[in-house]
Amino acid sequence: MSKVLEVENLRVDIPVAGGVLHAVRGVSFSLEKGETLCIVGESGCGKSLTSLALMGLLPRAARRTADKLIFDGIDLQSASRRQMQTIRGDRLSMIFQEPMTSLNPAYTIGDQLMEAMLWHKRVSRAEARERAIFLLEKVGITGAAKRLGQYPHQLSGGLRQRVMIAMSLMCGPAVIIADEPTTALDVTIQAQILLLLSELQAEFGMGLVLITHDLGVVARIADRVLVMYAGQVVENGSARQVFGAPLHPYTRGLLRCMPIPGRTRPGERLGSIPGIVPSLIGEIRGCAFRDRCGHARSACADFDRLRHNETGHEWRCIMDEAESLSRADELEDV
Amino acid sequence: MTFKELSSPEDAATPPAPAKPRWRDGQFLRRAFKHSAFMVGVVIFVLIVLMALAAPLLAPHDPYVQSMTNRLVPPIWMENGTWEHPLGTDGLGRDYLSRILYGARISLIIGIFTVITSGLIGTTLGVLAGYFGGRVDLVVNFVVMTRLTLPVIMVALAIVSIVGGSLIVVILVLGLLLWDRFAVVMRSATMQVRSQEYVLAARAVGCSTPYIIIREILPNIFGSLVVIGTFEMANAILLEAALSFLGLGVQPPTPSWGLMVAEGRQYLLFEPWLIMVPGAAIFALVLAINLLGDGLRDILTPENRS
Amino acid sequence: MNEMVLEARDVTRRFTIGASLFKRATTFSAVKGVSLSLRQGEVLGLVGESGCGKSTLANMLLGLLDPSEGEVLVGGKAISRSSPLERARRIQPIFQNPYSSLNPRKSVEDIVSLPLRIHNVGSASERRAKVAEMLDMVGLSRRYLDSYPNQLSGGQRQRVAIARALIMRPEVVICDEPTSALDVSVQSQILNLLLDIKDELNVSYVLISHNLAVVQHIATRVAVMYLGRIVEEQPTEQLFANPRHPYTEALLSSVLTPEPELGIPDTHLGAAFPNPMDPPPGCSFHPRCPHAMPHCSTLHPRPLSDGDRMVECHLYDEAAAQAAREPQPA
Repeated sequence: MSKVLEVENLRVDIPVAGGVLHAVRGVSFSLEKGETLCIVGESGCGKSLTSLALMGLLPRAARRTADKLIFDGIDLQSASRRQMQTIRGDRLSMIFQEPMTSLNPAYTIGDQLMEAMLWHKRVSRAEARERAIFLLEKVGITGAAKRLGQYPHQLSGGLRQRVMIAMSLMCGPAVIIADEPTTALDVTIQAQILLLLSELQAEFGMGLVLITHDLGVVARIADRVLVMYAGQVVENGSARQVFGAPLHPYTRGLLRCMPIPGRTRPGERLGSIPGIVPSLIGEIRGCAFRDRCGHARSACADFDRLRHNETGHEWRCIMDEAESLSRADELEDV
Repeated sequence: MTFKELSSPEDAATPPAPAKPRWRDGQFLRRAFKHSAFMVGVVIFVLIVLMALAAPLLAPHDPYVQSMTNRLVPPIWMENGTWEHPLGTDGLGRDYLSRILYGARISLIIGIFTVITSGLIGTTLGVLAGYFGGRVDLVVNFVVMTRLTLPVIMVALAIVSIVGGSLIVVILVLGLLLWDRFAVVMRSATMQVRSQEYVLAARAVGCSTPYIIIREILPNIFGSLVVIGTFEMANAILLEAALSFLGLGVQPPTPSWGLMVAEGRQYLLFEPWLIMVPGAAIFALVLAINLLGDGLRDILTPENRS
Repeated sequence: MNEMVLEARDVTRRFTIGASLFKRATTFSAVKGVSLSLRQGEVLGLVGESGCGKSTLANMLLGLLDPSEGEVLVGGKAISRSSPLERARRIQPIFQNPYSSLNPRKSVEDIVSLPLRIHNVGSASERRAKVAEMLDMVGLSRRYLDSYPNQLSGGQRQRVAIARALIMRPEVVICDEPTSALDVSVQSQILNLLLDIKDELNVSYVLISHNLAVVQHIATRVAVMYLGRIVEEQPTEQLFANPRHPYTEALLSSVLTPEPELGIPDTHLGAAFPNPMDPPPGCSFHPRCPHAMPHCSTLHPRPLSDGDRMVECHLYDEAAAQAAREPQPA
């Protein structure tokens, strides 16, 4: 058991007109070698900013603080800009959502693949080229040597995302952070890319942090799941824990919103979560979900901590495990 | 008829919506006031416009009256300057301040009417090309490219030397030549708006093409139109100055800033203010308009700023 | 059998691209000989991936794009012979992106009342009352009448778009990915709304989506498109229980339900996604198909109908396979 990434009490504050936007409010997690951690939540929950904060790529105005931010034995908080540059793309790499815009149209696939490796490692062009071909074949691209000379516009979206994955693997990273890597892709290609990611992970043993809004993707690929709401982790557990016996009302609400072939009856009313996400500008006290929660009570206005049970399942709710489970079906009867 | 139970749950917690759009509820003004370059532009521009409008009231002398006894009086900040002629007089003894004030009228008239002419031509061509695409686009592109092969100054010189220079001729010539940027920008703006789904929705509702262009598209490209308009106005004012300087624009004795620079040329060595004063006026006006245009672009499309 | 409200007969749409003064244009077909029909009260799901021609087909069904061949009939009348206003009364769209489907310069009332104004319905105050009533129906508070789109959330905007589509009480609504730009919790509200409205106003939908879970939830029949052709069509229940085309099978297996024990599915598809501008010969799916046979790459499969289902695949065409095995007579 070795932790490659440890995050404790990560906060991201962004000054805006009318106050400070607390976009990420004390997120803690750790990632083991070879583990897949999924951060899931709806738009505005802070999941993308969490990933950018890890990479040190936050927008200039944003302020990052944390009690602990350790990657591969290096304290990211005290790392200089230079150190961050040598970490990024080498030991810690990132895959973005848009395969159309994250490759530079002016350079060939080969140049872009080899760039990071030539920058970070002492290798010759021939060695870099060899590794590029090796990885393109690994990600399932045929005629890899020929592809090196091609430009991004000559590839389809699915192929481009494969190239992005190959690129993220060039330097043998310890952790890959993937922000919605399959959202822009077609469903059949999404399945292929996810399969590829998990196979490569098993082979190279890197940690994977996957950020997505798609609970289906999360359920299938995650070892561990962080459900985020209003800048906080509201539930944290293994995929089976979170999807099998969700303990936070928000997680349960999200799952009830989804039509699931074989589970929901066609045409039946889907569940919904009433209300809207609270504004994150200014101080927020108590449970951020209480205005939308069917189980809310007055004490929720003061309750704001993660509970956990002996299996390592964490949830941020005033209800303890027994109560939460016993009332899991209540809302469905409304 | 009402779905009470599903009555938007989102509504419940939303504060009452304010009743006006972004650009009407004072946000535009608030953003404008914060943009200092824009405000500098506005102030200078408004001053020049007021000067031009009030020229008959402000001018101490008739700008056309010559006085051989008062030739080349230096401006007030130099030795021998008098309050009688705060900016001095020119080689024919005409009061320079009065000529500058009246000259502002010429520059503004040229700028405004040229932009109206060229804006109409360019916007029509650009919107048609952008909306209809295909063959219309090919033809418009060809026309634009043909226009771009014509060097503005040379063509203007040629035409003016044939039909003779006057205010109307200069406006028409510049108006018929300076529409290219309008066409190009309006074309791409229209193409972008046209691909929006609300245009498709309007077509699906049964709206006619003119209705869609006027009611759905034009309001959404108006911002870029205003921005291009300001830049072209500055451009037209500079070109008029250049043409007049070459003797082919507005004809003497009309007080045009370009012409005044030209007339001051022969006194360059000993009476340099004759060139500097109208030069500074042109500079101030063009700068003000450019600041205005830059500012408008920032204010109207804040999402495009980095 | 209910009345037929919308029908496409063998429609094809070709596009010409890359035309300029100095370059010869190339032509490709985005939709190739597609036939489909929609009866009153039905929801036809149209499923396919990007580039399969489903949006082109939708625009032809709406009468916004003329077919190069074939015709579209709305209420039994050819759309090409009806006026834009007539067509607009019968068929309306709901688009994917609620951020670009509403004109940012217009108020909610302007947007929703546009069809009424275009069709000269009622006086200004009658129209306002109608709009308010419509907002009630789509679950949006009346106090948003004078709001502008940028003041609304994604879900609220989609409600406005739905109100605009329904205010003329059309018979058919074409929903092009109506929820894919929305968050999960908002998506479910919009799906519930679409289902309620269907019963209330007796409209029929064509639901275009890549999300099979959504299609399965709402559609009564599903047509699967691949590179401009409908390759399979079945009633929803049958299609999900017994997909016949290998592509449908792959689509179904790639639906990711939140069931961790199932893991990541292997679709057994090749990675070579074909270029829609230059589709492969024979069956256009053969380069990715796990069951491809030799004659798949040369012979275009023909549509095989039996009862209410249709498939276009050589796996089910014994005659063609037979013919392919036998040497061609000289």
